[in-house]
Amino acid sequence: MALKGNLRDFTITQLLNLISLAQKTGVLEVKGPGQTVWIFFQEGKLAYAYSDKRDSSLAATLYRNENITKRQLRLIQSRAGDIQDKELGLLLINANYVTQEEILICLKDEYVGNINNLFTWVEGIFEFQNNAHPSNGKITFRINLENIIMEGSRRLREWEQLQDEIPSLDMALKFTDNPSIDLRNVNLSVEEWRVVSYINPKNTIKQIAKATKMNDLEIPRIVYGLLQAGLAQLVRPFSEKPSTYQKPSLPVGGKKEQKTLVNRLIKRIQSL
Amino acid sequence: MQTVKMVITGPFSSGKTEFIQSVSEIDVVATERKITSEAERIKDSTTVAMDFGRITVDDELVLYLFGTPGQKHFDFMWEILSEGMLGFIVMVDSARPETFREARRILETFRAYAPTPYVVTANKQDLPDAWEVEDMRIALRPSPEIKLLPCVATDKESVKTALLELLYNILEKMESGEF
Repeated sequence: MALKGNLRDFTITQLLNLISLAQKTGVLEVKGPGQTVWIFFQEGKLAYAYSDKRDSSLAATLYRNENITKRQLRLIQSRAGDIQDKELGLLLINANYVTQEEILICLKDEYVGNINNLFTWVEGIFEFQNNAHPSNGKITFRINLENIIMEGSRRLREWEQLQDEIPSLDMALKFTDNPSIDLRNVNLSVEEWRVVSYINPKNTIKQIAKATKMNDLEIPRIVYGLLQAGLAQLVRPFSEKPSTYQKPSLPVGGKKEQKTLVNRLIKRIQSL
Repeated sequence: MQTVKMVITGPFSSGKTEFIQSVSEIDVVATERKITSEAERIKDSTTVAMDFGRITVDDELVLYLFGTPGQKHFDFMWEILSEGMLGFIVMVDSARPETFREARRILETFRAYAPTPYVVTANKQDLPDAWEVEDMRIALRPSPEIKLLPCVATDKESVKTALLELLYNILEKMESGEF
């Protein structure tokens, strides 16, 4: 019987456990809202993973990790044509652009990152196809799933906690009017600076994530840190249409009448 | 008959129902049901729809107090209840710091819904384990201009003070043109 279903009923943790224990070889396809991820396994170990929303080719991955420059990436893409990752990797190593170790670290992080994203998906159709293999030119690994599952579960717990703090990524951020800390003494990481540079009630957190190339796990963590430090606060996005209930409903018009009404309320409460 | 509405919100078991009961001239209309979650088995029943209290101001004006359900899975009610509110009060159980994070979330959510005036009450100040109000200010991190008031929801005077502070705040905002 085909291994297929919905992540709603069978979580990614359970799926990875099953694949690991049964030492399965094949590809797991997971179709989520607006994204599909393919993960290849070799005897229960992670071999290769990619997503339709992200270029996981060797050249693109090395560029994202700043191992090659944008110019070098363009050169590879224009001159190397359909060159496969294995061949390109050898060329780059021989030309002393990168080391073998750098390539392996980059790709491993890329493949594991593609899986890690799945841990936050609450819904998605999955199907496992036995004995499918990545194309010959791809650089593959044999990465144990145990650590990925443990790390993924930890991230999932963290993500659930962050969801309590940041209920929606459609909210925007603004700088706190009166920060309780001395801003001159604040040390921000590179990632935090990147997010800070986009803080504006016009930008939703989702938009900031896209601009800073952070995923749904990374951006809430950074935002949470900024909220905790009292640097920023959550606000409804500026561009969003004002809701129908934005204006307090007062049964009288005119400033004077409204003040009289509030004074009547005050007197009544005082007399209770 | 003219009506105005205030919303009393806060985490589960923060004392919203008691707050409304203390000043309402009618028996609070509360839809309650048995608690099923182990984690929330602090009291036998909790508000699942809303509390509803009433204070008649005069022949022409009535103030309604609406309490929001405390449990997180009834969040969807908050937006409905906050429609047209004059202001809101966020209640926090001073003796249960584990609910402070949830209180902060509620605070942020309501503040995002509508820029209406609000105050925060540090409820259950009569309990031995209650946190000091100033310590709670650090933990809850409301904006400096937001009043954080000590409160005992079962004490009518304490509830009156909270409601009055909110009304004074509304009046101030009216005078400064922010309302």
